Amino acid sequence: KSSVQTIGEEQIQNPYTELLVLKGHQDIVRFLVQIDDYRFASAGDDGIIFLWNAQTGEKLFELHGHTQKITAIAPFSSSDASEENKHLILTASADRTVIVWDCTNGRQVQKVSCFHSTVKCLTVLQRLDVWLSGGSDLCVWNRKLDLLCKTSHLTDAGISALVELPKNCVAAAVGKELIIFRLVASNSGSEGWNVLEERRLVDHQDNILSLVSVNDLTFVTGSHVGELIVWDALDWTKQASEYNFWDSSVHPDVQPEIKLSQSPNETSVQHLTSDEECVFAAVGKGIYVYNLQMKRVIACQRTAHDSSVLHIEKLPNRQLMSCSEDGSVRIWELREKQQLPAEPVSTGFFNMWGFGRANKQTNQAAKKMQDNTPMYFLELVGDLIGHSSAVQMFLYFGELGLATCSADHLIILWKDGERESRLRSLTLFQKLAENGDLQLKF
Amino acid sequence: MISAPDVVAFTREEELEDELYSEPPLPEEYSVPLFPFASHGANPWAKVAGSKFTRDFILISEFSEQVGPQPLLTIPDDAKVSGTFDLNYFSLRIMSVDYQASFVGHPPGSAYPKLNFVEDSKVVLGDSKEGAFAYVHHLTLYDLEARGFVRPFCMAYISADEHKIMQQFQELSTEFSKASECLKTGNRKAFAHELEKKLKDLDYTRTVLHNETEIQKKANDKGYYTTQAIEKANELASVEKSIIEHQDLLKQIRSYPYRKVKEPDFHPYEPERALDRADAGCDPGPTASELAEPDSTHLYAHVPSYTPKLIKAKSAKCFDKKLKTLEELCDVYFFTQTLEQLHQIERTFRGDVCYLLTEQISRALLKQQSVTNFLFEDLSFLDEKPPEKQHGGCQELGRDAVDGKGSEELGAPKVVISLGSYKSSVESVPIKMEQELEDAGEPQMPESLPFEPQENLDYLDADLKGSISSGESIEVLGTEKSASGLPKSESQASLPVSPSPQAGRSKVGSRRTVSEDSIEVLSTCPSEALIPEDLKASYPSAINEEPHAADADAEGGLRFALKPDPADADRPEDVSQPEGLAQVDSACCIGKESPNFFEPLPELGQKPCDEDGVVRIPPQPYRQLGAFPSHDGVAGGLLPYELDSRYLSGSRELSKSSLDEGSDSASYISSAASTCSDGTPSPARRCQAGEKHKKKAGQNALRFIRQYPFAHPAIYSLLSGRTLVVLGEEEAAVKKLVTALSIFVPNCGAAAKPVKHWLAAPPHLLDFQKWKLIGLQRTASPGGVNVLHALSRYSRYVSILDADSKTLRCPLYKGTLVARLADHRTQIKRGSTYSMHVQSVLTQLCSKAFLFTFCHHLHLPISEREPAEAVVSRRMNFLKLQLGLANEDVKIVQYLAELLKLRYLQEPAQGGNPLLRFDYVPSFLYKI
Repeated sequence: KSSVQTIGEEQIQNPYTELLVLKGHQDIVRFLVQIDDYRFASAGDDGIIFLWNAQTGEKLFELHGHTQKITAIAPFSSSDASEENKHLILTASADRTVIVWDCTNGRQVQKVSCFHSTVKCLTVLQRLDVWLSGGSDLCVWNRKLDLLCKTSHLTDAGISALVELPKNCVAAAVGKELIIFRLVASNSGSEGWNVLEERRLVDHQDNILSLVSVNDLTFVTGSHVGELIVWDALDWTKQASEYNFWDSSVHPDVQPEIKLSQSPNETSVQHLTSDEECVFAAVGKGIYVYNLQMKRVIACQRTAHDSSVLHIEKLPNRQLMSCSEDGSVRIWELREKQQLPAEPVSTGFFNMWGFGRANKQTNQAAKKMQDNTPMYFLELVGDLIGHSSAVQMFLYFGELGLATCSADHLIILWKDGERESRLRSLTLFQKLAENGDLQLKF
Repeated sequence: MISAPDVVAFTREEELEDELYSEPPLPEEYSVPLFPFASHGANPWAKVAGSKFTRDFILISEFSEQVGPQPLLTIPDDAKVSGTFDLNYFSLRIMSVDYQASFVGHPPGSAYPKLNFVEDSKVVLGDSKEGAFAYVHHLTLYDLEARGFVRPFCMAYISADEHKIMQQFQELSTEFSKASECLKTGNRKAFAHELEKKLKDLDYTRTVLHNETEIQKKANDKGYYTTQAIEKANELASVEKSIIEHQDLLKQIRSYPYRKVKEPDFHPYEPERALDRADAGCDPGPTASELAEPDSTHLYAHVPSYTPKLIKAKSAKCFDKKLKTLEELCDVYFFTQTLEQLHQIERTFRGDVCYLLTEQISRALLKQQSVTNFLFEDLSFLDEKPPEKQHGGCQELGRDAVDGKGSEELGAPKVVISLGSYKSSVESVPIKMEQELEDAGEPQMPESLPFEPQENLDYLDADLKGSISSGESIEVLGTEKSASGLPKSESQASLPVSPSPQAGRSKVGSRRTVSEDSIEVLSTCPSEALIPEDLKASYPSAINEEPHAADADAEGGLRFALKPDPADADRPEDVSQPEGLAQVDSACCIGKESPNFFEPLPELGQKPCDEDGVVRIPPQPYRQLGAFPSHDGVAGGLLPYELDSRYLSGSRELSKSSLDEGSDSASYISSAASTCSDGTPSPARRCQAGEKHKKKAGQNALRFIRQYPFAHPAIYSLLSGRTLVVLGEEEAAVKKLVTALSIFVPNCGAAAKPVKHWLAAPPHLLDFQKWKLIGLQRTASPGGVNVLHALSRYSRYVSILDADSKTLRCPLYKGTLVARLADHRTQIKRGSTYSMHVQSVLTQLCSKAFLFTFCHHLHLPISEREPAEAVVSRRMNFLKLQLGLANEDVKIVQYLAELLKLRYLQEPAQGGNPLLRFDYVPSFLYKI
């Protein structure tokens, strides 16, 4: 029996009432990346990259070039006015190549195949107009795909995540370690860069799975055993950390008998995202909201999904979206709870099963709560069920809709039915006007 | 007591009538003509009394030069069909008049026999004594051994129902022409083949004779010719002449201009050639060669193996030889094709004429609704004619109407063979009752019905009295080409009837003559050989002239209250008035179209044109909103909102009714246009299968509605685009339910309806996107668990009808529309009737959806500053108040509107990616 909160069939706040299934991939689709306002690329284990129109669902291009699965993808748009705002994307594959594609014509611009290992992450440093590839070593490339410099061999496992830090620094997650590299201009030429290792941070007990930069001053890492560490981005010191926040046993208000046995899989920090105030962590099946100011978890949904949460994203208007291996996407709203100081912790059975509306799963926050700080909770406002297998990732396009990709080889475009209907009417009358049917014709 | 003067046998009809009519009479439109044979105890649906056969059939007869008229075969080939009907006698009747003024043989001027390519003639004959009426299609086939090389044949469609023959004349003519063309093509091939053989024979004979002559010459050393030698020489000369003649004949038959061969389906051997020929027109040069080659290579591959025979100088006596049978006269392939076509005709036209007419009309109308018809109609059953033509025709019509000369042009060049108008051109009434009918003088009276009880008896009496031989009871009711000026061979001796008003009315079209022996030839025409224009071009004009003429004066054939009086007919002249347009449209089109539509449209003319404009949107993209009056300066050229508000401000009832009528009138217009463009709403042969399917589906649906109390929400699910899954173990039961429900499934624009009859795998989201009605297998195996799991997972997208436990899980429905569509207390018993009922309700629904979709300001703000909420509220108001939709009915129309939009906007390249729209609404479980 699942303790996952369900919302039922009536979802007033869920705007997605129309969907479009995009077929094309032949294997798991793992990556979605936005190219511009209306285009996005998808890539996955079949090694094919598709470019889609997010409005119409039209397949724009089908990019063939990789022979094995895609391991990383990054957009690389040039801000130069001289280059007519070219949209490029970089893709890395298990065939140990990186290809640069031109999104305007769907052609392969260049291919690099001098890697010794699979490139697992790609980062573009827009400011320096270079891009970094992380595998067993870290390489720095310029736009023309010249190798500017590279580090020595780091580990066999390779870099799993890269994030840009201020002052030409990058943080690379290599196993349990976090390595800070700095790019320094080489003495020899103006275009040359050297990469120096600045610091190795070994505070994590297990592999670092997620790495996200919050702002210019902070970045956050999460590990497989559920450690969340907040770092200072300038001096790379640990500002705060949270180790056992997934563990309900530390919160005495939760009955011990419903405590699930925590396997590492259920505590790993799969994905992190943040806004200015908070870091949102996908931990196991749950979602946690960590407030940077208060340095504590302010709200959580312990079992937000039936299975591991793979990706979360902060939406505007205090909404949060998560997707999971259970094949669903859920929309949450971070709400301020009405202060009910007199109310004791337990509201009974329904509370723990997540049926209660007003105050659920936030009791641990309540315990820590100071007198005048608001209480928050995550309310489920909608779920999207369409995929038959794990939803790997999603891409939020604002009012254009939402794209989700899944292990069932499909991409689904979720759209606001009302808006689409309105747009269709608009186009209808435009077409009528174009055809001249609005005029009297005799 | 008995002699009491106050007890008198009540005999006088008038008194009775007086008594009866003292009450206010029924309004005209409700009065139904009494069934003429009611007194004989017959019911109107039984075979028409007096006929000796049970059902319609096709008879092929020949005027044999040896034995005279004789029946050859009937279709269907069943002795029961013709019953006691005397085929020999009727053959004599229909073959007794040779309408083909063809001359074959040696024309005075030419040296060689000349083949005439004779046009078929089409006649309607009636033998009221036999109770048989027939469409008779005369044709001639070539036979080398026949007198003048021709054998006259005829194919007759014989029915007891005169109206069927009259009203379906056009269709019958088209279909029989096809059959005839096919037969004649085959005959020409066979004839050519025959000629080739004969030529070979002659050639051989010549060689033999030549040799003999040579031998004789050599043997003869006396210096003078023996009689024997002279004889031989003469013989040789005649053979030579014969060869030349036959070569000439061969050339002629091969150069037959294939003008009319436009039906490639009859020539699958060389479809391109047929088209080429059609393009090449009448150029005989290439045609001849083209024809000759395939003939010799393809069909007559066995020709080289033919061993020539010696031809005797004098062939046997005419009566000794056996004439070729019809099969022998025609190429085998074409003969079977012809028979197939005739069977097809029989199938198409069997049944009641009302049904046929309704079918044809509704098909013609549906074809015109190109924006909405895809929703519920099976498009494959509508003609696959390209829609551009229709648009063209429609626009033309519109233009004409405004030009003012529309009244003349409207029909003249075009084929307005509207189902009823033909009737008025060909008077089917026996002359003798003409006067009486005229006396009756009721324009609404269906004059063409000779079955007025009283009169009919008179008429029969007259027949019996006036004639000794039964020959006079044949009335030639009408023939195909009623060309005016030419005197008929039969009617030369006849006196023209004293010009009755009727005759005066039918100015040109029908020349009514009565021949001596009282064969009444109402109109006919000689068939000139090789008229350059096709048949098609010629007969419509003949038929058309009448309606024009009749347009001006009161026409008796039209039975609707609001009929255009002379003043109305003049109306088209004032061009500038938009009302004029409306009037013309309604008047003309109805006038052309609708003797069969009994319902008048009284409001139509009186309503302000603007209102008409709103509702009278002809349903094509090109003329979409063309009927909106254009107020210049306003973006989009219209102010529908104004119109709407005015139009909609009326009471709900009114708006409802005007809506319906509006859509009707729109279809009148367009149907007139359709007949303009194609002339022949051809009885769809493809419909046969669909008809059967419809009937079955209707029957099943009826059963479903009666059996399941929750039929309404299930149907609502289908209409609102929510996939309905029929879950069950038994394939047959599930499929039956799916078939039943499939009539309610709107089509998404794909070729086939989104219905999957049987699915064994667990359903996927893509299935719900693709199909809106799915029959799903329930199994006890582990696979079955997956199925149930998938269903519960996707339960928000589907309604589930469990056929085994008789439950339904679907959203609540509180609307009123479905109740009308599927009333479980309905009195409808038959499947086909119910499917027609469904069709009519759904058509109404479509028109609502159309109106909703194409009203500009229901979707877009009037001004830029208008908030979106105002538009939304206006939209909802329209749906609820103006369209009268309650609760969930709104969603149905919205869904249909989305489909219309998608269809209209659909890019051809992006067809295969249907949207899935859904709502987050709770479902409920219904149980029996």
